[in-house]
Amino acid sequence: MNTQKIILPAIVAIVLIALWHGMVKAFAIPEFLVPSPGRVAETLVKDWGLLGGSLYNTLKITFLAFFCAVVLGVAVAFLFVQSKFIEAAFFPYAVLLQVTPIVAIAPLIIIWVKEPTTSLVICATLVALFPIISNTTLGLRSVNPGLQQLFKMNRATRWQTLTRLRIPSALPYFFGGLRISSGLALIGAVVAEFVAGTGGTGVGLAYQILQSGYQLNIPRMFAALLLITLTGVILFLLMVALSKWALSWHESELSNEH
Amino acid sequence: MIEILSASKTYPNGTHALQPVDLKIQEGEFITLLGPSGCGKSTLLKMIAGLLPATDGRILLWNKPVDQIESTGHRMSFVFQEATLMPWSRVAGNVRLPLELQGVTASDADQRVNDSLSLVGLSKFHDSYPRELSGGMQMRVSIARGLVTNPTLILMDEPFGALDEITRNKLDQDLLELWQKKKLTVIFVTHSIYEAVYLSTRVVVMAARPGRVIEEVSVDEPYPRGPEFRVSTQFAKYAKHLQESLLRASNAGELAEGAV
Repeated sequence: MNTQKIILPAIVAIVLIALWHGMVKAFAIPEFLVPSPGRVAETLVKDWGLLGGSLYNTLKITFLAFFCAVVLGVAVAFLFVQSKFIEAAFFPYAVLLQVTPIVAIAPLIIIWVKEPTTSLVICATLVALFPIISNTTLGLRSVNPGLQQLFKMNRATRWQTLTRLRIPSALPYFFGGLRISSGLALIGAVVAEFVAGTGGTGVGLAYQILQSGYQLNIPRMFAALLLITLTGVILFLLMVALSKWALSWHESELSNEH
Repeated sequence: MIEILSASKTYPNGTHALQPVDLKIQEGEFITLLGPSGCGKSTLLKMIAGLLPATDGRILLWNKPVDQIESTGHRMSFVFQEATLMPWSRVAGNVRLPLELQGVTASDADQRVNDSLSLVGLSKFHDSYPRELSGGMQMRVSIARGLVTNPTLILMDEPFGALDEITRNKLDQDLLELWQKKKLTVIFVTHSIYEAVYLSTRVVVMAARPGRVIEEVSVDEPYPRGPEFRVSTQFAKYAKHLQESLLRASNAGELAEGAV
């Protein structure tokens, strides 16, 4: 089962790369339109000094934003489940944050917040925040009514009900939110870097893509793109592993033996 | 002793879930509340448990309202329709929960969890997760959790309703043994006539629309009741009587509705 999950996508990857290589050679496509896969790999190694530093910067923004989104999102979710009143009053604004395109408000944030790293982190946090809020709120509310009555009959305190019932019940939803949010943090970071352009001091991968576009250095553009994609995939796999570890008891993480 | 004194339940929208019920239950009885869905049997049970307030009337457990049961030296536990286990916690952790919520010391709790699990025959599954167990075994865990606080009164809300008949019969039999061994008082909700006859010292027959008690039937048959009791003429006689009683009530209800 597991080998199938790895081998099949790997075969697809090899076929696609081979096709890419073949087409570029067969039609003699110029490098400034589509570079061959070999050329991209070569650039990745050659420009590593430049790209590696940018990768570090983008990762830094992504992780900071992801961290802020988790802390803030969980805090807001806890606030929401304290009373329907608070949720009714503030939930529409959480939605507002979600539906406003980040590219539209990023320039404002960058103007208001002088410090470049902080402004980028704020933008990316705004993008990554909503799934954490909505999933955690839903999770904290999704408690088995029977268990709730059992706690009540045993005169459980509010604290006991929270730590022993609500939080464990919410975990599967929370981890679902983490998976979505980790990817969004990266997207948010890249989008914010695009908007910030050359404004930042520590430049990220998005800046490299912009710059190589101006200079028609398409292989470097591809290499930066490849790094962003890889980062996203690794983030996703990390979250999958984390939720597998934390939710070994949950149906969604069961293997097929049952 | 449990006294239900004209307790009734009306929902805010005016639905009469339960017309006033008068019922006295002696210590050591095995009472079943038998009736179709909508007859208020679960409502009555939840009112006894203090999970639902009565709209009118009173319910006394050993002369005290339910929220003062501790002062009587008695304990009550509730077994739900489904096993209602915490999926993130192992079998032992689930059984232990009521003790932890009540602040029983760890070493004392360990012993009681083990005792309780061995009572339901699940000692070997101490460290399993609920999902690794069959439906019947999960229900046994739920019963062990009900027993762990050493209750004198157990309220059971159609606990075996979701199980296949063979498993259910076995659990019925084991429950009777526990009831005798621990000298429990049990109030058991069911919609199965056969389960009611097999288990009870007394069957409280209920009807729907509006929810009400229509008859009390004492099952004067000796315990222990083995599987052979289920196929005896005595058993059939009681089952027939209950069946007719339920049918009469539901026909009368349809006639009344027809008249409107």
